[in-house]
Amino acid sequence: MIKNLIIFLLISCSIYSTDDKYKLNQWVTDYTNTLTPEQILFLNKKLKDYQDSTTTQIVVLIIKSLEGNSIEDLANEIFTYNKIGTKQNDNGVLILVSLDDKAIRIEVGYGLESKLTDALSSSIIRNDIIPYFKAENYFEGINSGLNSIIKAIDGEYKSDKKKSEDKIDIFSLIISVIIIFILISTLIRSNRYYRIGSTGFGYRNPWGGGFGGFGGFGGGGFGGGFSGGGGMSGGGGASGRW
Amino acid sequence: MKNKAILFIAVVIGLMLLFLGIMLIWGVGVYNNLVSAEQNVIKQWAQVENQYQRRADLIPNLVNTVKGYANFEKQVLTDVVEARSKVGQFNVTPEVLNDPQAFQKFQSAQGELSSALSRLLAVVENYPELKANENFLQLQAQLEGTENRIAVERKRFNEYVQEYNTSIKKFPATILASIFGFREKQYFSAVQGSEVPPKVEF
Repeated sequence: MIKNLIIFLLISCSIYSTDDKYKLNQWVTDYTNTLTPEQILFLNKKLKDYQDSTTTQIVVLIIKSLEGNSIEDLANEIFTYNKIGTKQNDNGVLILVSLDDKAIRIEVGYGLESKLTDALSSSIIRNDIIPYFKAENYFEGINSGLNSIIKAIDGEYKSDKKKSEDKIDIFSLIISVIIIFILISTLIRSNRYYRIGSTGFGYRNPWGGGFGGFGGFGGGGFGGGFSGGGGMSGGGGASGRW
Repeated sequence: MKNKAILFIAVVIGLMLLFLGIMLIWGVGVYNNLVSAEQNVIKQWAQVENQYQRRADLIPNLVNTVKGYANFEKQVLTDVVEARSKVGQFNVTPEVLNDPQAFQKFQSAQGELSSALSRLLAVVENYPELKANENFLQLQAQLEGTENRIAVERKRFNEYVQEYNTSIKKFPATILASIFGFREKQYFSAVQGSEVPPKVEF
């Protein structure tokens, strides 16, 4: 079941990619099939949870080749294009890996430059990532790099609780409006059915229909992938080769 | 007959007033656009300068670290120090952007520093001990990072200047631009050796 879902996700990603290769829809995007679906799921969840608690967006992209670009230029363009990090704090990080070029870059948004300095980014690449990459253990390399990055920027930004409460308020408002709407419409409908005379059937069916619709609403609207928050990078970070 | 003439004059005056009003509204809109385009350029210029300053600040530390290991590469080190002091002499204000000559000087001074630094980093290749020094590696990462930031901010600066220059050249905004003294601003162009950040393979 989960596998099917992931395969579906990957396919939908690759459909996007023909249109817009560098538009990222997940925290972890792998165009090279280097990571297994389970590994991607694991990293995705880790980074989504991290974003939920800190608003900081850390994004990983693995590509086959730089196609002649410098990794610095490409990383900055992808960062700017996806607006990684929040608009307010510019707290985004992009890890770009190009397998054929054996090149990696950590691109750091303006708001994290003071914690995740160029020197530290470079040291993370050299000491925490490249040793694994040399052994072709890409998942461990990325995971250990992410751990070091998270450790370095820990406490810099916290998710604003007031804001998330506001969000829940709007969310519950929408839900209650919908519930009230469903209640009223079923009431009207059941009344009508009642008058016509098919009591049992006519009374239950509208309720069932109403709740079915509600379930669909929840699933479709709040599945949640990655989308950038308006952050910018000024080219901070470091690159490395293995 | 007389009434008709008065009516005609009134209509003409009315139309003229209407025309003037439209012109005024248009002029204010265009003027404000020019001002904000110019502000963008100046703001971005500050970013570029920040990064150049950051690079200049790194140099004394870098030179000291390298000295300890590679003291006999005197010429390369002196070049860096001299290029840095030249850069430090510039008093860079946004007015420089309107002055092609001053801008050219600024750019070439920074370019000289870039190439002196890349020569230094190339020479360092011959000193394995230095390359294994964590302090040096950090400085090198900072320097590379700063060169990259300079490239990014310069690119954005050029984009803003292009936007601004286009907007002051477009007809009919160009009439207002010349009345209010909006002048064409200078771009960064690729100077040999300064465009590519010094890269050292690990």
